[in-house]
Amino acid sequence: MSALLEVRDLTVRLRVGGSDREVITGTTLEIAEGEAMGLVGESGSGKSMTAKAIARLLPAGAGVEGSVHFAGTDVLALSGADLRRHRAKVAVVFQDPRAHINPVRRIEDFMTESLRTLEDVPRAQARTRAADALEEVGIDDPARRLRQFPHELSGGMLQRVMIATALLSRPLLLLADECTTALDVTTQAEVMAILDDLRRDRGLSMLFITHDLELAGAVCDRTSVMYAGQVVETSAADRLHADPLHPYSAALVQARPDVTSTAERLVAIPGRPVSAFEAPSGCRFAPRCPHALDSCRSTEQVLTGLDAGRVRCERAATLRGRLLDPTESPTESEETADA
Amino acid sequence: MPDADGPVLSVSGLRKVFGTQVAVDDMSFDLAPGRSLAIVGESGSGKTTVARMVVGLERPTAGTIVACGRDRSRPARNAGERTRRGREVQIVFQDPYSSLDPRQSGAAAVDEVLRVHHDHDAATRRRIVGELADLVGLDSRQMSALPRALSGGQRQRVAIARALATEPKVLILDESVAALDVSIQAQVLNVLADIRDERGISYVLISHDLAVVRQLTEDVLVMQRGVVVERGRTTDVLDEPQHPYTQRLRASVPGPGWKPTRTLRRPA
Repeated sequence: MSALLEVRDLTVRLRVGGSDREVITGTTLEIAEGEAMGLVGESGSGKSMTAKAIARLLPAGAGVEGSVHFAGTDVLALSGADLRRHRAKVAVVFQDPRAHINPVRRIEDFMTESLRTLEDVPRAQARTRAADALEEVGIDDPARRLRQFPHELSGGMLQRVMIATALLSRPLLLLADECTTALDVTTQAEVMAILDDLRRDRGLSMLFITHDLELAGAVCDRTSVMYAGQVVETSAADRLHADPLHPYSAALVQARPDVTSTAERLVAIPGRPVSAFEAPSGCRFAPRCPHALDSCRSTEQVLTGLDAGRVRCERAATLRGRLLDPTESPTESEETADA
Repeated sequence: MPDADGPVLSVSGLRKVFGTQVAVDDMSFDLAPGRSLAIVGESGSGKTTVARMVVGLERPTAGTIVACGRDRSRPARNAGERTRRGREVQIVFQDPYSSLDPRQSGAAAVDEVLRVHHDHDAATRRRIVGELADLVGLDSRQMSALPRALSGGQRQRVAIARALATEPKVLILDESVAALDVSIQAQVLNVLADIRDERGISYVLISHDLAVVRQLTEDVLVMQRGVVVERGRTTDVLDEPQHPYTQRLRASVPGPGWKPTRTLRRPA
């Protein structure tokens, strides 16, 4: 498998109130053809900004360093017609469908706009393609749906319309940004199943952005975890859950209550998640990390290969396999392992 | 006051109709002191309408709500009655960004509630504000900050501290941890468990998140389109759901080995 998308050392700064604020620092990830990559993190971790940078949807004035290559082209250098073509090949589905659809236009107008303006597809043909796309995402009576307005559709139905619309331009990569978060769980399962089918049928690659580690684990091949604007771990999705490499990944796994068993007490992570611009020097997770040593706080951590994954933690090799062990109390392990 | 063993909250035959829409139909449950009950369901199931009726934000079309031995299914006749109802049952809403006064610090918000509901002098109120801050895990600097200087999790702690200031017998948690980051959600869930152990308060948790429900509650009601379709011990209902709708809810929760399934038609 060759990499369809390659993001190298991507750093993004946004202008907020006259000063530059870093939102992503040195993000590196790649997605192969047909691969689904999960991107997990808490608020402010930079996961949505990563997607926006890939789709070239960052706000005007954003400072970008590093590189983004998609199907061999340098995404950051694109402009004009090339950029429009890029955005057709990289489709984005956002969290709140109602915020991304014109409420006074019919579903058909919304779905066929880019086909008719960018590809000059005749109206009747565009309508047929839209109807077919709706059917593909499990929407009955597409002819009627195309005549309806957004307010006549439920949230789950509307999100399926967004996915169908994204597919009309025959994208190679789908950026799904918390696209099921606002949906009910049964609808979420439905939408995830549709995405899964599409991926298999069309060989579509996917960047699946979510705060839900379990969801990412269930539908993705690999998962990257972001914290304070940096990727701190990339591992096989099932491995991340069972045997994480980074203390933050392990903390996320443990903090989440489990529907199959009741914990005496949840293992909460002290403190709160920070954004890149407010992150401390050295390891950004160190202030909240039970395994942090003095050297973690003073040394910038580097994303390094370990096992089949990558991790940004100098202690990862020492801690490997022990992060989820309940008998392993962090303070004791410090003394024994690093005395 | 009710006898010690009686339910602290008792709802029977509760019904709410909006226009032609039946939001809640024939709902009944009892909540014992110190117990936690979850009401789960998806959007439109009527779970939030139940919560709003219990706190008095909606008037039931039919049925009775009895809290601490006193009926509250009709509007309060006077200010004293209204205040007492507020004292007995409190609510923490989902969105900590809209439920706090942006011009009032956490300490001031809690102090205001104490002044309305209790007859304490300033020194006592200050002490109680401090105790509540400790209970929810906020320091004095955070308590004296305006909401805009606080994170979502910190705001939600302020909202919990404010709700606890009346010393309620029942605390309604309407999706109160749903908007929080995973790491913060765990902190708040632990705080809620501590508070229950310490104060013997009863919770009604309105939630769509079955893992949170399992963590915090002993009993559960499953609602679908305004009707309770299943009820029982939380562990039993989640481990062996009986009603097809509960089974579908449970099967929709991602976990190890989970594969999403399509229920809708797929073109050939």
